[in-house]
Amino acid sequence: MTDKKMVEALIFSKPESLTDVPTHYCPGCTHGVAHRLIAETIDEMGMRENTVGVAPVGCSVFAYNYFNMDFAEAAHGRAPAMATGFKRVNPDMNVFTYQGDGDLASIGAAEILHAAGRGEMITVIFINNAIYGMTGGQMAPTTLPGQKTTSSPLGRDIESHGFPLKMCEILSQLDGSAYIVRRSLHDPANIRKAKKAIRQAFEVQRQGLGFSMVELLSNCPTNWKMTAEDSLEWIEENMIPYFPLGDFKVHPAIAKSKKG
Amino acid sequence: MAKGRIVVNEDLCKGCELCISVCPPGVIKMAADRFTPQGYHPAELVDPDEECTGCAICSIICPDAAITVFRWVPADKIKSTAP
Ligand SMILES: Cc1ncc(C[n+]2csc(CCOP(=O)(O)OP(=O)(O)O)c2C)c(N)n1
Ligand code: SF4
Ligand code: SF4
Ligand code: SF4
Ligand SMILES: [Mg+2]
Repeated sequence: MTDKKMVEALIFSKPESLTDVPTHYCPGCTHGVAHRLIAETIDEMGMRENTVGVAPVGCSVFAYNYFNMDFAEAAHGRAPAMATGFKRVNPDMNVFTYQGDGDLASIGAAEILHAAGRGEMITVIFINNAIYGMTGGQMAPTTLPGQKTTSSPLGRDIESHGFPLKMCEILSQLDGSAYIVRRSLHDPANIRKAKKAIRQAFEVQRQGLGFSMVELLSNCPTNWKMTAEDSLEWIEENMIPYFPLGDFKVHPAIAKSKKG
Repeated sequence: MAKGRIVVNEDLCKGCELCISVCPPGVIKMAADRFTPQGYHPAELVDPDEECTGCAICSIICPDAAITVFRWVPADKIKSTAP
């Protein structure tokens, strides 16, 4: 024992950018982790008063109840259009959408493609859980080949259902996109990396470099019909091989700064 | 002297057990004797040998921001103190 004075420090508590409202998400659902990472990042950047989020249709439809900041609710798949309006009218605001894979890659596929193509200065947080969670576990554009869902009970058959859409790979091809990365929420180390990527995406927006998106591989223990712990393992073993993690596009101005 | 401790907010905890699956010294248990207002068994710190390091790994994986983490640190390294 040294005689140095020791004090009990607060290491972590719920971020200010989240309300005290308990979420309606199922136990162990990583929507909650994604919410917290966004909130922590906004706290750290001091942007709570200067941010507006746009919620999707999907399990995160009530996100506006959980974020302690300005929030709007878009029609299904239309969050990028609504965010475009907010950002163009208030270019100094930090504007982000929060969208599931059904919302973004199915009904909203045209919206996201053109928002990225136009180089809208918005940030998209894309929650890919390979399923339509809210409506009872139907096949999504991101459902893996062979994956059983309520609308593909024998497993996704690529002969008749086609191949999953890899949104990072697609959007990174567009000249309007500036920061397109994929991370995963399946363990603490990857959650830390996901948070850094969200920070980088907001930095890209702050510097007006173009469209930014962070795809987060996520779980749906309820519709995947497994425990929360098993669902995180399922992400690692099944989703990551099909949806590789990595940086698909990083604007040179941000690549020069600290790595994310 | 303990190096760290956690406090679980039982209004938020949904008993998903993810914190238990990642805690290095294994000092989090499910409280089988009670239910939260939402109807789940909450997680709680059971740490008779004071093994919690305040590493915060449990709070990183918790989907409900239910865990507050404290750690004993030298007074000159302090950012914010426990209330
Ligand atoms: C115009 C319209 N079409 C269809 C629906 C039904 N619907 C609600 S949520 C959803 C998909 C949700 O899946 P996803 O975006 O992946 O979100 P998750 O619930 O998985 O987070 C669908 C098809 C709707 N609400 N509105
Ligand atoms: S249905 Fe799936 S995505 Fe929706 S809250 Fe439950 S676990 Fe999360
Ligand atoms: S991870 Fe959070 S919600 Fe899940 S059991 Fe632990 S404290 Fe409760
Ligand atoms: S802070 Fe670390 S050691 Fe303490 S309960 Fe959480 S994970 Fe376990
Ligand atoms: Mg989904």
